[in-house]
Amino acid sequence: MRFFESEDVLVPERLFRKGEFFAKSKYEISGQAKRIFAVEKIPAQSLDQDFPYNRDLQRLLSGRVLLLEEVPFPLESIHEHVEHGYIRYEKGIDVDRDGMYCRRCQNREVHLFGRFHCARCGEECVYCRRCIMMGRVSQCSPLVRWTGPEPVFSYPDALRWEGQLSIAQGEAARRIVEAIEKKTDLLIWAVCGAGKTEMLFPGIACALQAGLRLAIATPRTDVVLELAPRLQQVFPDVPVAALYAGSGDRYKFSPLTITTTHQLLRFHDAFDVMIIDEVDAFPYAADEMLQKAAEKARKRNSALIFLTATPEETWQRECLTGKRNCYILPARFHQHPLPIPRFIWCGNWRKALTKKRIPLPVRTWVQERLAIEKQALIFFPDVELMERTLPLFHEFHPDIASVHAEDPERKEKVQAMREGRIPILLTTTILERGVTIPNIDVAVVGAEDETFTESALVQIAGRVGRSPAYPTGDIAFFHYGKSRAMVRAKEQLRRMNEEALRRGLIDYDW
Amino acid sequence: MQIFERKFCLYCQNEIRPLITWESLFLGPEEPLLCEQCTAKLERIEGKTCRICGRPFSKIDDSFKKGDICLDCYRWEENAAWRGVLTRNISLYMYNDFLKDVLARYKYRGDYELVRIFVPEFNRTIARIEYDFLVPIPLSAERLYERGFNQTEALIQEAGRDAHPLLKRIHSEKQAKKSRSERIQRPNVFTLNDTDEEKKAALSEIEGKTILLIDDIYTTGTTLRQAATVLRQAGAEKVLSLTIARG
Ligand SMILES: [Zn+2]
Ligand SMILES: [Zn+2]
Ligand SMILES: [Zn+2]
Ligand SMILES: [Zn+2]
Repeated sequence: MRFFESEDVLVPERLFRKGEFFAKSKYEISGQAKRIFAVEKIPAQSLDQDFPYNRDLQRLLSGRVLLLEEVPFPLESIHEHVEHGYIRYEKGIDVDRDGMYCRRCQNREVHLFGRFHCARCGEECVYCRRCIMMGRVSQCSPLVRWTGPEPVFSYPDALRWEGQLSIAQGEAARRIVEAIEKKTDLLIWAVCGAGKTEMLFPGIACALQAGLRLAIATPRTDVVLELAPRLQQVFPDVPVAALYAGSGDRYKFSPLTITTTHQLLRFHDAFDVMIIDEVDAFPYAADEMLQKAAEKARKRNSALIFLTATPEETWQRECLTGKRNCYILPARFHQHPLPIPRFIWCGNWRKALTKKRIPLPVRTWVQERLAIEKQALIFFPDVELMERTLPLFHEFHPDIASVHAEDPERKEKVQAMREGRIPILLTTTILERGVTIPNIDVAVVGAEDETFTESALVQIAGRVGRSPAYPTGDIAFFHYGKSRAMVRAKEQLRRMNEEALRRGLIDYDW
Repeated sequence: MQIFERKFCLYCQNEIRPLITWESLFLGPEEPLLCEQCTAKLERIEGKTCRICGRPFSKIDDSFKKGDICLDCYRWEENAAWRGVLTRNISLYMYNDFLKDVLARYKYRGDYELVRIFVPEFNRTIARIEYDFLVPIPLSAERLYERGFNQTEALIQEAGRDAHPLLKRIHSEKQAKKSRSERIQRPNVFTLNDTDEEKKAALSEIEGKTILLIDDIYTTGTTLRQAATVLRQAGAEKVLSLTIARG
């Protein structure tokens, strides 16, 4: 889109195509229309307190940065709010000493920009390819931001939950409330199965009462889909928004937003409380863009709470040396110790599997599970190896199946596993998180392979013994030479058990 | 010479490992645009196809064939109004899940750069076709503004060829929800593009020429046949078409 530069406001060229606007227009327009990229300084209007602004527009735009085409209001109405200081046009692509960058996703990588001859501005137009999946930001795309007052809300006593927190959960919950009140950073390092969702309830309730806007961001859509209904259930009177690629809640204002980290790109200065779940999980840890998005989406003065079962090494050190505000929750909610993995040497597994032989220790382990009819997950370092191995496993049992990230039947297979219709499921690391099956054992074939990071191994071990009815189980790491990650993972789990015992959070010695 | 310049897959952004083959040593390397995984997901249409619509016979049941054409084309040719309107369509790739995603990102998200993926195969194929004018399937003005570019014109341009925009669109593009019979009976959405003197001059040369229509996807063949009708009525001798994908 192009703009005319009037005295103290930018006027969209499109408005002049419509006769009636031109007729009543008060603008002294001189010069050529130009792209927003070419405007030297975007004028800022002062806020007109008497202007009867549109509440729906306020609720939609507050805290967001959107492309014009993402705002389902007529351009006339948007522009009127610009004139009265309630909305600002901003450049989508900007340039500074270090070169061009995208103002939505902060991309500066030259190879992630593209260019085309643009029908909107009639010029060669540079656009950002990194955030293209959220609609194209180019040199002629204005981003719109709300600069008027934020919606005011308060939900006193919004929590409807009859459950009880364990002592440790209660302590974590208290620390979360404190971080929200003081607007500080906090890391909750809670073992798999600690019940971290429940620990958030008191903090969320307290923020909602105080009229603070919250976001819970997670790298994975699955988690959004699971968490949003759970929270809506315990906060029935609060509109909860679930945001992920293709979700329908896009235009909803919500005091409580559950979102993928990716969708945070559409926010700016929005949240008083930012909770980031599974910080360690792909792709947040790997992706600098998403970390920047989280920073941009929260207010400068806000609480930042990280939840994780497996913090990266530097964070672990910072927690243990007191350099980071951290609360460690070392015990599961059912108060049984964490099962500890066994290391089992199995020779050159890759060579054996390639020659269509299952290493003897693995073979024995599988036969034992089948004999006692205990379900199991077996993790493999890569899809190809796993798929080639599957027929070998069929000699033990015809219903043994495999699953990987791009498997179209992934959901069905996990469901079949839950229902006990699959005795043993071979899998890649995609099932390392989130899958909870009550009574299972797990094995990792090739545990020393670099795919299996410390955090992946801790998550895999975390699949076992989740249910209070079956709190134990076997974790076998089959290897051809131990890796540092394996040793550290086992050490981490052992330390958690010691800590839990010391603090009286688990019932008995193990 | 920069041997170690880092290259990234145009689609998935993974790094591309330099691939040195005997061919590339002697002929100079053809810049790979996609990584190996993405390249493998593109399904080039090969082997025996329907003489008219270019659908690979390996993908359809024998009961859907009528000699050297498919049943769909047989039905088109049965109808006097449509007979011979479109002489032949050639499609480069199968419209599989991967290509569906690539084209969606190209067209709907507007990731223009992706067009370069199709250029080498487009040029190789077009070199074997005899034609006088390349005519892109047009977008309506509103849709063009919305997208910022016409996806078929972009392909012609990036391939370094001249497009002859002899057609314009008079109705909206929305047709996804209509049934086959509704689409077939629907009024023609195309008309001759005579918006200025230059365009009128181009149109006056159409008599007796062979036109190659370019579109992104051949699905039912309705769009291309509607466009072909207009061109034939204006005097074109023969209309062929080339699309990126065959649905
Ligand atoms: Zn961007
Ligand atoms: Zn432009
Ligand atoms: Zn790729
Ligand atoms: Zn056919």
